[in-house]
Amino acid sequence: MNIQFRENTEAASPLTTKTAIADCDIHPARATRTELYPYLAKRWQHHLEVYGVHAYQGMMEGPPYPKAQPNASRRDAYPPEGGPQGSSLSFMQKQLLDPNNVQLGVLNPLNTGQGIRNHELSAALCSAINDWQIDKWTSRDKRLKASIVVGNEDGLSAAAEIRERAGDKNFVQVLLLSRNVEPLGQRRYWPIYQAAEEAGLPVGVHAFGFGGNPITPSGWPSYYLEEMVGHSQCQQSALASLVLEGVFERFPKLKMVMIEAGFGWAPSLAWRLDKAWQRLRSEVPHVKRPPSEYIREQVWWTTQPMEDPERREDLFDVINWIGWDRLLFATDYPHWDYDEPSRVLPAGVSEANREAFYLGNAKKLYGIAA
Amino acid sequence: MARHVVAAVDELPPGTRKFLEIDGRPIAVFNIKGEYFGLMNRCPHQGAALCEGPLIGLAQSKEPGEIEYTKLGEVIRCPWHGWEFDIRTGQSYCDPRRFRVKAYSAHVEPGASVVKGPYVAETVTVKLESDYVVVEL
Repeated sequence: MNIQFRENTEAASPLTTKTAIADCDIHPARATRTELYPYLAKRWQHHLEVYGVHAYQGMMEGPPYPKAQPNASRRDAYPPEGGPQGSSLSFMQKQLLDPNNVQLGVLNPLNTGQGIRNHELSAALCSAINDWQIDKWTSRDKRLKASIVVGNEDGLSAAAEIRERAGDKNFVQVLLLSRNVEPLGQRRYWPIYQAAEEAGLPVGVHAFGFGGNPITPSGWPSYYLEEMVGHSQCQQSALASLVLEGVFERFPKLKMVMIEAGFGWAPSLAWRLDKAWQRLRSEVPHVKRPPSEYIREQVWWTTQPMEDPERREDLFDVINWIGWDRLLFATDYPHWDYDEPSRVLPAGVSEANREAFYLGNAKKLYGIAA
Repeated sequence: MARHVVAAVDELPPGTRKFLEIDGRPIAVFNIKGEYFGLMNRCPHQGAALCEGPLIGLAQSKEPGEIEYTKLGEVIRCPWHGWEFDIRTGQSYCDPRRFRVKAYSAHVEPGASVVKGPYVAETVTVKLESDYVVVEL
């Protein structure tokens, strides 16, 4: 197949006319396999070379890439200097940040050190990723803020990593993935929530993960398309677990962000939970209020991928239930299901809601000064 | 309808494509096995530079387990969201009624007729003895 790419000239559109936005789900990538080595002790470099990575999941990156487009990414997002999509700051600036007037970009690195069976290695890799995020990204572009990646399966070392980074303005949230060894509400993860609450940092739960469980609740699917919609099912289980295990009750100041798993399902999940809770309340007496109350008070949602119903009003009904103050705009750059900022919200949304959707909610949640 | 000279035939061999702007519109011109096609280089979905995607075939199925793969090299797949369009007609395959991309007629003209007009040379220096790819816009 012969594909000729144009010179990357299209980013040169005028910026000042575009409304400032936040992009709450950007995926930075490593340019090379060994890019993390400067941040890893010799002991772990040696370990990686000799033993490799032993994950809970057979295929470390989930089912094999390319996943719809090479590296599950936009075909036009290869940096001109080479390397995978998302691995070049200058190209990210040129293709995403500058032309879209991104004022706040939240980095969520994937394929980090999460979901690795050797917990010491997991912690070392996550810490290295965090150092790398500062060195390569946030210190070089003040618009970018990082998520603290933690060795999620070991709550104690994860909490230690959060406490070490707390107060560092390079970081604005703690990052977990939705597929873990156990549902996210369970006790082994509580030290993470405690440390995040103390640090005043929201916990983002990004779709995906390497916990070893199948991608859908009914087993491994045949198609990538099934995997795509399976993310929301997984996220629903994670959220139900957080509510029913009492995480929100125990950590009332904890803020959770549901990232890249849709939000159209939020009302129906909350309604189902409320109804069941009214009947089965005595099983979970630590859940003192209807589940929907915790969800509406303590959960935020990134927008990408936006559900796209035939009648846009249907989507607005959902958003009205969730609250226009709870949505955080995201593109998912450089991934292939990227949402173009100027195309996702139709006309007819009030100026205040539009501003909150694109920027205000994110700045408030992540503590970025106006 | 103006006719625009976009390339000398030698510059656009089979299997290649050329991107250019004509009258402020982003256009892509393809040479598929000696046939020429023009398309608006903008996806009607979210505005990606459509023609930077791969040219693929059309997978169709009468029933589960039976897959027919035709139109090899005649379907362009958007580099962002993978929407598929027929480069001969611009029709989409996900929702042909609502979404299509503008297709432009492209063909070869000898230098003599290009010089005679009614043509606008976009990016090429025209020589009488050559053949040129022309797009109607």
